[in-house]
Amino acid sequence: MSAHSKSSPLPTYFGVWIALLVGTALTYYAAKLDLGVFNAAVALIIATTKALLVALFFMHLKGAHEKLLKLVVTSTILFLFILLALSMADYGTRHFS
Amino acid sequence: MSDSQSVAAHAETHNPALLHHFATEEQQRDASSFGMWIFLATEVMFFGGLFCAYLIYRGWYYGDFAAASKSIDAFLGGTNTAVLICSSLTVVLAIWAAQTARRGLMLAMLALTMLFGCTFLGIKGFEYRDKFVEHHVPGTSFSFHEEIPGHPGQYANPQHAQIFFALYFVMTGLHALHMIIGLGIFAWLFWMAWKGRFTPEYHTPLEIGGLYWHFVDIVWIYLFPLLYLIDRHK
Repeated sequence: MSAHSKSSPLPTYFGVWIALLVGTALTYYAAKLDLGVFNAAVALIIATTKALLVALFFMHLKGAHEKLLKLVVTSTILFLFILLALSMADYGTRHFS
Repeated sequence: MSDSQSVAAHAETHNPALLHHFATEEQQRDASSFGMWIFLATEVMFFGGLFCAYLIYRGWYYGDFAAASKSIDAFLGGTNTAVLICSSLTVVLAIWAAQTARRGLMLAMLALTMLFGCTFLGIKGFEYRDKFVEHHVPGTSFSFHEEIPGHPGQYANPQHAQIFFALYFVMTGLHALHMIIGLGIFAWLFWMAWKGRFTPEYHTPLEIGGLYWHFVDIVWIYLFPLLYLIDRHK
């Protein structure tokens, strides 16, 4: 975030904006197609791609060099993963007992 | 010692925005944005608990969730997603305008951000109104009589649909609360920008306010497909 690039970031900003709008339209219309079990997967993949675009380019994680910041972001994702994975491991396997 | 004093005196004469306990402007900026990232980490866990509850109930009551999801307006939800994406663009443009000393553009982009934020909340209000009219708000007057998508003649369990709507209102409601707080932050940023507080050297409040706004956008990017788009093809 402290990296103030010399060249104009505007093409990147507008490119990301267009990609996000296209992604939104894509999610909307993909939901109307019958993809079987893959409907949810496709929706989540598109959402995660959009979230990454926002985080990398609008929140300037791309090019961030502070080690502390990287530590915070990775541990955030790790702890969210632990929360979801362990809960699902519990609730998802209860019907086996 | 004399060296640091001269640095401090030097900074004070040239940049009153640099607080005396920071060595450089860059250190001050990094510390501020780091604090915001720590806060966002707590926010991820806060919303994460709700997403976790959503996933568990969606797994248990999939058909009922699909029927309830189908009763909310996906087009309005999609429009709101686009509105938030546009507001995120205007936020980065406002910061760019501050970096390149374009005061008019910065003020216009901040105003547009607030306008998009209000548009989002307005559309959300119409959605909530529909839910109240249809008695889809959890509580004593709740009623839900819809078929499960893909299963003609089989009706969704209203108790289970009520759980969907409880999650819908809590998750979108907390998100809307974050939007309202964000609008307050941006009104303050607009006021500071109006008074000429932001320069190419110092615009940290814009950057960390922007981080918050983008995070709220990311939450909605996940809420939209999870709440509005279950089994739309059936």
